Amino acid sequence: MAAVENNEIRYLNPPTVDVRKKKYCRFKKAGIKYVDYKDPEFLKKFLNEQGKILPRRITGTSLKFQRKVAQAIKRARSLALLPYVTDLLK
Amino acid sequence: MIKQYETVFIATPVLSDTQMKEAVAKYTDLIKANGGEIVYEEDWGLKQLAYPIQHKTSGFYYLIQFKADPQFVNTLETQYHRDERIIRFLTVALDKNSIAYAEHRRQKGASKPAAAVAEQAPAEPEVETETNEEE
Repeated sequence: MAAVENNEIRYLNPPTVDVRKKKYCRFKKAGIKYVDYKDPEFLKKFLNEQGKILPRRITGTSLKFQRKVAQAIKRARSLALLPYVTDLLK
Repeated sequence: MIKQYETVFIATPVLSDTQMKEAVAKYTDLIKANGGEIVYEEDWGLKQLAYPIQHKTSGFYYLIQFKADPQFVNTLETQYHRDERIIRFLTVALDKNSIAYAEHRRQKGASKPAAAVAEQAPAEPEVETETNEEE
């Protein structure tokens, strides 16, 4: 009680300060200019377990490259390199 | 006007090695006959498909990069459509970034395909028997 009256709250554990890692676009960082549809293993990083394309807010990809990733994934799907629908992709 | 293109086609897994070579030769000849120039070819071998196409679970993948007139792509795709051996194809025009990437890939892949083919070789007989049962 005393601690509260003194306007000084004590915690058992120091409060965790949320220092979120800033997301970045991996294409801009690595200087990749072309997203290859022939590399399904790489494209899988942008898919969830059902084979859906992950949104930018999760992967951090810039808009320019999100469009290219989406295009590449769709091409890979049409060539049966990636599935359209699936379960437990990873 | 000449543009660079890249085409990948999937042939049915029932083809024998010689039949596959014939199919490839048909398209490379077609490109050459229409004033095109073949830049690069790559055989991916028999691969599992991510989903069945025409009740087939695997197919022979083949990649050709070529330079040709844009008009020619229509002719090429018509030929693909008419060919029963081809179950899927994709033709893409390459821009300057993708050409740079393709060149990089070629140099990097110079040592890699040999290993990839070696990996696929043991798996081949199994898959072939599977598809034969289905047919």
